[in-house]
Amino acid sequence: MHELSITQGVVDICENNAAGRRVTSVVLEIGALSGVIPESVEFCFEACTRGTALEGAKLIIERTEARGKCSDCGAEFPLKAYYEPCPGCGSYRVAILSGEELRVKELEVD
Amino acid sequence: MCTTCGCGTDDHHHEHDHEHHDHDHSHGHHHDHTPAGTESSKTISVETDILAKNNRLARGNRNLFFRKGIFVLNLVSSPGSGKTTILERTLLDMGGKLRFAVIEGDQQTDNDAVRIAATGVPVRQVNTGAGCHLDAHMVSHAVEAFDLDDLDVLLIENVGNLVCPATFDLGENHKVVVLSVTEGEDKPLKYPAMFHNADVMLLNKIDLLPHVDFDTAKCKEMARRVNPDILIFDVSSKTGEGMDDWYGWLASRTREK
Repeated sequence: MHELSITQGVVDICENNAAGRRVTSVVLEIGALSGVIPESVEFCFEACTRGTALEGAKLIIERTEARGKCSDCGAEFPLKAYYEPCPGCGSYRVAILSGEELRVKELEVD
Repeated sequence: MCTTCGCGTDDHHHEHDHEHHDHDHSHGHHHDHTPAGTESSKTISVETDILAKNNRLARGNRNLFFRKGIFVLNLVSSPGSGKTTILERTLLDMGGKLRFAVIEGDQQTDNDAVRIAATGVPVRQVNTGAGCHLDAHMVSHAVEAFDLDDLDVLLIENVGNLVCPATFDLGENHKVVVLSVTEGEDKPLKYPAMFHNADVMLLNKIDLLPHVDFDTAKCKEMARRVNPDILIFDVSSKTGEGMDDWYGWLASRTREK
């Protein structure tokens, strides 16, 4: 349940950026390979924001699909997991292009 | 007050972290869909990695370890794979050659620290309470207990959990994942992030192979699907089989530091 500390990190980042203003919405980017379950972050969000500048804020989660690039043949393709081989040549030497994102993109303040 | 992370107590939820405040990204544009009763709302572009704070503290740890010439390993696995037994044996067999210290991470109890202390090596127990992983902040404070000028290797035994510790950099040189043959051989595929992020895998309890249905070749093939470059040692921390290869790697990597 590391989503609890992840969500606490979101609150800290938002409060620093909001500089005393009330936060009304937050946009997060969570990649498919980030190891973080969006639903768990939603679950933790209410508890973590209580009594903070984010209390009552709307949480918007954008999910980023994972994409890989084969280090052997250069093909680019969508990935579901770290262990998927290149659909072109079957190699497991796949560089991750996207999907590991775990970011606060933007927030809206009063 | 701690000068590294700015915390005043052991409370990990402090709120005065300013590391990404290079500038305010405020755009100040107004939205048409402003909620009723609010004159204007403002969108602030943040674009900050949620793990930025942990990563900053991990970089601090890594710089400190580098300056002091300390080789640091972060041992991760599911509960019961034999991490503590591997550490005990390693400390007893290698203690005369290298100067070790150990950080033990568990949710509760100091049972593992007591076992390590019996080997004569300095140890610090970190109880994470409800937490499921060690983070860089906990490690930065745990190492305050050690004389870093009198140390070659720091071994960090993470909380037994194949999920969460994969996400948190502690400032180590390598993650070492321990998998025992009493577990499923498909663990690398079930918990791919951990095996992807580890540089070394210790396949432990190989003395039990005659008694269990565990296909070693298949397990290694799966681990290499997730991480083609992972270095694998077959070991038994009980009988000592295979441990010399692991010691050889540890000693050579420590010397390179």
